Amino acid sequence: MSHDDFQRHEASIFTPAFFVLLLLTLIGFFLVALRFIKGIGAVSNMSDGYPWGIWITYDVATGTAIACGGYAMAILVYIRNQMHYHPMIRSAILTSLFGYGLAGFSVMVDVGRPWNAYNFFIPSKWQINSAMFEVALCVMAYTTVLLIEFLPALLTRLEEADRKSVHRLVEWLHCKTGVAPNRLMTRLEWVQAMASWLRPRLDKVLIFIIVLGITLPTMHQSSLGSLLLIASTKLHPLWHTGFLPLLFLINCVYIGYSICILESVLSSYGFKRPYETKELAGLATIIPWVTVIWLTVVFGDLAWRGQLGKIFAFDFYAGFFLLEIALVGGGSLILFSAKNRRSVRWLFVSAALIVLGGALYRFNVYLIGFNPGEGWRYFPSLAEFMITIGIIAFEILCYKVLVKILPVLPRLHGRDHQAQADRTPCPLAEHA
Amino acid sequence: MAQPTRRGFLVGLAAGSVALLNSEALASAIGEVEGGQNELGMLYDASKCVGCKACMAGCKRVNGDYGSLSYERAPFDQDGLWDAPADLSGSTRTLIKLFKQSDSEWSYVKYSCMHCRKPSCVSVCPVSAMTRDPRTGIVDYSKDTCIGCRYCQVACAFNIPRFQWDSATPQIVKCDLCLHTNLAKKGITACAEVCPTGAILFGKRADLLATARARLAEQPGLYLNHIYGENEVGGTNHLYLAAMPFDRLGLPQLPGNPPAEFSEKIQHTIYKGFVAPVALYGTLCWLALRNLKKHPDGSHAGDEKGDGHES
Repeated sequence: MSHDDFQRHEASIFTPAFFVLLLLTLIGFFLVALRFIKGIGAVSNMSDGYPWGIWITYDVATGTAIACGGYAMAILVYIRNQMHYHPMIRSAILTSLFGYGLAGFSVMVDVGRPWNAYNFFIPSKWQINSAMFEVALCVMAYTTVLLIEFLPALLTRLEEADRKSVHRLVEWLHCKTGVAPNRLMTRLEWVQAMASWLRPRLDKVLIFIIVLGITLPTMHQSSLGSLLLIASTKLHPLWHTGFLPLLFLINCVYIGYSICILESVLSSYGFKRPYETKELAGLATIIPWVTVIWLTVVFGDLAWRGQLGKIFAFDFYAGFFLLEIALVGGGSLILFSAKNRRSVRWLFVSAALIVLGGALYRFNVYLIGFNPGEGWRYFPSLAEFMITIGIIAFEILCYKVLVKILPVLPRLHGRDHQAQADRTPCPLAEHA
Repeated sequence: MAQPTRRGFLVGLAAGSVALLNSEALASAIGEVEGGQNELGMLYDASKCVGCKACMAGCKRVNGDYGSLSYERAPFDQDGLWDAPADLSGSTRTLIKLFKQSDSEWSYVKYSCMHCRKPSCVSVCPVSAMTRDPRTGIVDYSKDTCIGCRYCQVACAFNIPRFQWDSATPQIVKCDLCLHTNLAKKGITACAEVCPTGAILFGKRADLLATARARLAEQPGLYLNHIYGENEVGGTNHLYLAAMPFDRLGLPQLPGNPPAEFSEKIQHTIYKGFVAPVALYGTLCWLALRNLKKHPDGSHAGDEKGDGHES
């Protein structure tokens, strides 16, 4: 686990995409402000029958699964001992960090009385029967773990900051604060020295943090399924089962690997870097086996509970169930072929299908299969959508900026010059 | 004591419940011994209700300040002459509705918290803002602890807890048997106190059940032979008698097993003594450390060759 595996992406930060994302972010945050002034009802279509809308369903329940790339990659690298995937891990951890951080932010927008959240830290208020309690503590702990896991990138950057940029920073700070350049220089050097002191020490204990970063998602991803165990009278029998925790856990693993493929392909395309086809093909070998286990549990459980007939009701619920199964199953079928696994296009398509299907499963459990009784309807309002979109835009924005500031993306071995020069790579020719 | 007078019944129960609230030692003793038979509750008899809604007015008058309830205006009512809630809401803890099956067949029904004996809302609340008093059986809500996550709403099979959607400082609203208001002052809930026909009785669960059974026995032709709440989701302390099927009155058909028992069993199996998470962490640490030894720090180039990509 060398930090040499990673490099900064050298490119301009202020691209047109940057400003589009910034605009969406600002709209979203304006609506968040409105929600805090006028109440949740002013921006959302949630009701007493559907008290959880897309903020919980997408931002929290689905967003954290999509942010499971870091979890899935850490299992692969450190537990299954596939060290050659190590170069992919830092960008996976960064996206996980944003996914979880912003899920936490969404929760604070969604809950009605966030100022009481300190009660999570008061043992007399702990309520260990509540899956929500477990999810909340685990997600907070995991976000901290992700921050620590990402710290080496920041420390390396601080250590390696060259004289020129340091001088520029000093000059800028001098203009802003009026502190003498010499004193600023001393302070910056002190920060650099601290970074060099901290990094090797952090390296020594990092593995224990990383393993914690595997344990915590195992706990809270399953608990995200446990959250709906209580709704036995409201959740449709196609989805309500005692196996919800297990299904959510397996679900987040295959979403995690698939999202790693999507991210890698997208960032290679967007940042004009060569595709990591070999690593992706390896990941793609694992995914269908995980989904097969998941599908086996789904159908085995339905058969055991005697609910298989509900699939053939061909009603609203059966439709969404079949769609979810078709997306996950279809994507997996593509990946069973070794030829498809070497094609960037098929990798992308199948990973996208599996992420969509896996996410739809979570929507089915939290919203679509949830029926509180007659007379209740829910479809998210425009403002509700815009807040979620604003949060996602903010997430992508931060990712795009950070990979240009910190060493996050895999290092291109001896291909740097070629990649910089060749601005129009031909993805499919790369390994064909 | 087959049919006590209403006044005598109420006064007796009120005195008993005040004594129950005050003498903690006695209460916890009988609570344990008699399996919660002394828990407080209400019996609503739909066949006696005349729909005067005095209970709704009484509830809001008594609990308005404590529960931040406001009057709900009908669209046509510019001057705010009436309180006209359409449903239970962030401003309304109890509600009378009329269900008409035909012009001659109809029934009133009252909605408010069922005060379950194994309440889902208490089981799911992450910060213990929903609590159930083991002596009185009253399910209470504390706005000072609540984080507003609305998990109680998701969990409640009766859709009772309501949220103040239009407030910047929203609370969960539901009946607490006037625990901090009328019950503390007068030893009876406001709705039962003002009910002119005896459709709402307040008292100990065991007594209420006995009354309900006596009524069923006396007038089997009038009532459906079912005490709603006796066994639903593990039993509730708010009980119902009615002449029309309960699901038509908006009281859902529910199983006898409390949903909270099912979910807690699974959660406890996974997290019993926190053994499984610790064991998982230990095993993973062992695996990761063993793997790291095979790849000493800095031998990054070796990793790629040694591991091979063909695996």
